[in-house]
Amino acid sequence: MKWYITKRILMLIPVLLGVSILAFFLIHLAPGDPAITIAGEHASPQTINAIRLKYGLDKPLYIQYGIWLKQAVRGDMGRSIVSNEYVLKEIMHRFPNTFELTIFSMILAIAIGSIAGIISASKQYSFLDYSTMGLALFGVSMPVFWLGIMLMMIFGVFLRWLPIGGRISIAISFNRVTGFYILDSLITGNFKAFIDIIRHLILPAFALGTIPMATIARVTRSSMLEVLRQDFIRTERAKGLSERLVIYKHAVRNAMIPVVTVIGLNFGLLLAGAILTETVFSWPGIGRYVVNAVGMRDYPAVQGCVMFFAFMFVIVNLITDLLYVYIDPRIKI
Amino acid sequence: MEIKRETKSHELIRRLKYNKSAMFGLLIVFIIVLCAVFANYIAPNDPIPSPPQLANKLKPGFWSEKGVEGTPLGTDGLGRCVLSRIVYGSRVSLSAGFVAVGIAMVLGITFGVVAGYYGGWIDSLIMRIVDIMFAFPALLLAIVIVAVIGTGLEKAMVAIGIVYTPQMARIIRSSVLYIKEMEYIEVQKAIGSSDWRVIFRHVIPNSIAPVIVYGTLMLAAAILDCAALGFLGLGAQPPTPEWGAMLSKSYSYIMSGAWWAATFPGIAILLSVLGLNLLGDGLRDILDPRLKT
Repeated sequence: MKWYITKRILMLIPVLLGVSILAFFLIHLAPGDPAITIAGEHASPQTINAIRLKYGLDKPLYIQYGIWLKQAVRGDMGRSIVSNEYVLKEIMHRFPNTFELTIFSMILAIAIGSIAGIISASKQYSFLDYSTMGLALFGVSMPVFWLGIMLMMIFGVFLRWLPIGGRISIAISFNRVTGFYILDSLITGNFKAFIDIIRHLILPAFALGTIPMATIARVTRSSMLEVLRQDFIRTERAKGLSERLVIYKHAVRNAMIPVVTVIGLNFGLLLAGAILTETVFSWPGIGRYVVNAVGMRDYPAVQGCVMFFAFMFVIVNLITDLLYVYIDPRIKI
Repeated sequence: MEIKRETKSHELIRRLKYNKSAMFGLLIVFIIVLCAVFANYIAPNDPIPSPPQLANKLKPGFWSEKGVEGTPLGTDGLGRCVLSRIVYGSRVSLSAGFVAVGIAMVLGITFGVVAGYYGGWIDSLIMRIVDIMFAFPALLLAIVIVAVIGTGLEKAMVAIGIVYTPQMARIIRSSVLYIKEMEYIEVQKAIGSSDWRVIFRHVIPNSIAPVIVYGTLMLAAAILDCAALGFLGLGAQPPTPEWGAMLSKSYSYIMSGAWWAATFPGIAILLSVLGLNLLGDGLRDILDPRLKT
């Protein structure tokens, strides 16, 4: 096990190096002088010269990459052209927002998706089964940005139940401690702010969570059906255990193994979906940041976001793999 | 007695007929293809009228009496017929999807066959690059490519094609690895056929089934991603009637109650993706039974 973990982590190094090469070349593939690309079109000649010196832009490409990587590893991803702030600082400032959104969506997706899948499987071919799976089919094909707009329109504009965007109402006073809104409102005991933050979170989280929710429901159902057909379930039933106990105690446990993989795979989709959801709901996260950065040709920011997203994605995949081995002891490494 | 031989494609069609959801998917896809091909006959109005009919802006459709004659789904913020733009949009979205998947297929088959057939260092190199590209969520990678090559519909197609290449390459490679060990390939090599001939006459034709299945599912994803780029303002640019771009231009109007301009283009995206997914799932069940879920 230890050896497997070490091997799995070591395998990340070439991938992350590759990602960094790609991020590095982003600047050089972009049209124009790299120094101007990094400094921005309206930078003064002094700034451009300073950049040229800092990144060794007169030196061969592999030396430039070395210089750039060394600085990136130290956390210096350059400055944003738009705000002139350090890119890493901008990203870390937005990270809690994206984190809370994705985690909340995933919790929704796992809770509703797996329950729907279990119920569907235990009542196979019933009306409930057909309607749940029909809905799930729609859920898988749903454009997340359109779903966001529809939720916003129905619950925000027409019914006026929930706010249509942002993280918190302007009227509410709120102290930031860690940057994680939910956590901060709990730490400071600001109950009013907590409720407001949750209200702002519901629509984007539902929009973002729908696709993984539908996928999880489908996978849970098929995995449950497979488990329910196995001999040990027949034995349980023959022993006279109640159907409830058979399903919830014995079948579910065994059926959840493939579901974990799907959850891990869906985190990647969730990160991509966050880009769209954040744009729809004016959510101040990294997804919206990267879209704006591309629009403004803020290449250092794009570079930083690329590295950050890939890093997150790779780490989540690692955790999924490890979790998979952990919950299914039959997998011999 | 004459023995009737059934060709593979006949068998495919026969088995597809028994798969209800796949047939439903095929029907949806067929309707959308019809819309795309005959857009100029189906659409009631010009999708980009000039001069713009600003007096007709944000008028509701058939459900209200305030609507403009001849615009069943209402008009958008610039007074253009929503239905006509959706119909023409099917042309844009479908062709964008086909081009993107076409690029992915050509590149993916090339890299996949080379990696699988030759093996060795070239295989390792290609597969490492594939691993790196898999370290990005698809949409993010597409955005990054657009950041380099620039925005616009054509560039979005290229970006999505490149993003889907590693997936295709991996599928082809694994199927080539399997075919390579078959006896008929050994026979070909024994009689002295060139690599080129073996690859084009035997390896590629025999690995076509997964290409069809994943090509269909990829087409659904490509249409979705293309619409997403359009929505983010990085894909199709106005006034192109592209579904994603239409959504991004109209969703601010929902505040004033004009829900139709943002609702219907999304339904068009949903239906085409749903249709292609159903069809792709059906094809997979028939052509690749091992993957049946």
